[in-house]
Amino acid sequence: MATNTLPRTGQISARRTTVFMKLLMALSGALFVFYVLLHMYGNLKIFAGVEAFDEYAYHLRTILTPILPFGGFLWLFRALLVVALVAHAWSAFYLWSKAQGARKTRYVAKQAAKRTLKTKWMRWGGVALLLFLVWHLLQFTILKFNVGPDAVGDSPGKLVISSFQVWWVVLIYLLALVALGLHLYHGVWSATQTLGWAGGVRSRRNAKATATVIALVTSIGFALPPLAILFGFVKGN
Amino acid sequence: MNLTLKIWRQAGPRAQGEMVTYPVTDISEDMSFLEMLDVLNEQLNARGEEPIAFDSDCREGICGMCGLMISGQAHGPEVTTTCQLHMRSFKDGDEITVEPWRADAFPVIKDLVVDRSSFDRIIQAGGFISANTGSAPEAHSVPVPKPKADRSFMAAACIGCGACVAACPNASGMLFMGAKITHLGELPQGQPERDARVVSMVSTHDHEGFGGCTNVGACADACPKEIPLDVINQLNKDLRRALMHGE
Ligand code: SF4
Ligand code: FES
Repeated sequence: MATNTLPRTGQISARRTTVFMKLLMALSGALFVFYVLLHMYGNLKIFAGVEAFDEYAYHLRTILTPILPFGGFLWLFRALLVVALVAHAWSAFYLWSKAQGARKTRYVAKQAAKRTLKTKWMRWGGVALLLFLVWHLLQFTILKFNVGPDAVGDSPGKLVISSFQVWWVVLIYLLALVALGLHLYHGVWSATQTLGWAGGVRSRRNAKATATVIALVTSIGFALPPLAILFGFVKGN
Repeated sequence: MNLTLKIWRQAGPRAQGEMVTYPVTDISEDMSFLEMLDVLNEQLNARGEEPIAFDSDCREGICGMCGLMISGQAHGPEVTTTCQLHMRSFKDGDEITVEPWRADAFPVIKDLVVDRSSFDRIIQAGGFISANTGSAPEAHSVPVPKPKADRSFMAAACIGCGACVAACPNASGMLFMGAKITHLGELPQGQPERDARVVSMVSTHDHEGFGGCTNVGACADACPKEIPLDVINQLNKDLRRALMHGE
């Protein structure tokens, strides 16, 4: 068939492409990777006792004081995370809807499931993580409600220990960590590809290895405190 | 060998299509997949039925016309084009589904034939270099390092078949585009238009209704010319550079 032309509408700019959306996703995702690693490290303080944990939580609020007011840095950081979350979710939903529109008639014979599964995991896993995030923030940051047996006062450490004595709380967290691990595994590797850092055989291998390590370290590191508390290795008093 | 084929039949671009089952008998395993369809078409002709429309041209794996989705795999189970796929890759008694490439940017024209002009429009948007013709310079006046020449040549092997789009869960054409970006981007002649090329091609790609890439890798698995995923890496990098250069 001879070539025919389809008039293109709108301004042509790198900022209006799907690849730009991926960049947005990669960069906001990178901030989250940095954040979950820090958060995971902070959680391990519970092994040093409630006092050490509480002191750490307090210290987070004194970073850069007196230049910033008490808790100032934390709020700035939170604001940055919210912006990143919006960018991450927005680009994800944009690419998701674009993909839905790009194949309106489906195949009768399903593709080799492994590859399609990966997109499903990132998308539905991402939605699951978003729901988990709401629950997690309500539980430990916004409402700070205690579903466990102990009196906690206003000690974050005691709240953590009391909460994770409840088996279903631990279960929710473990499920979320599986989702997080898988998300990180594909996400970290994917970000290196999007940023153009996985061009050769060696850099590709390194990117995959980094993704595996980050995913494992994060999910195992996060899983340790709840499990240790549930099985009584870490006690409140 | 005897096979059961389930084939997508659609009378025209706007017609409603459906899967139709055809038994075929006495197929030699040395036939190519398209020859097997030729046999079926002769039988349909003899019965006075409308033969199945499918695309092909060179039948030697170099033109890219012949893409079919065979039992959920683009170009079938081997790493090759549909015309170079032989029936020995199947077993006697197999049930095989045959569908056209599914992507809104590749509308079905009839049965298994799709319109891939959207690929042409992407190439028109930037898959070229601008050079004066008529006064060819001495070939050796522009040195090209061997590794770059090799990589460019590897990427130039893309035949524009569209299997990457067909296999991609997002129906994205990034592997095809990445191949062209890499092919021209590795060479000195491709440099002047490097930024404009990637922006223009990707914009056209998105406008044509292809999906965005999410780094799944199904494209590289399906590609009969084994174009690797890292051409998309190259495309991403070029777009990021263009962005920084203010394109
Ligand atoms: S990149 Fe491979 S699968 Fe895609 S059009 Fe080119 S040859 Fe076909
Ligand atoms: S007919 Fe040319 S590649 Fe198959």
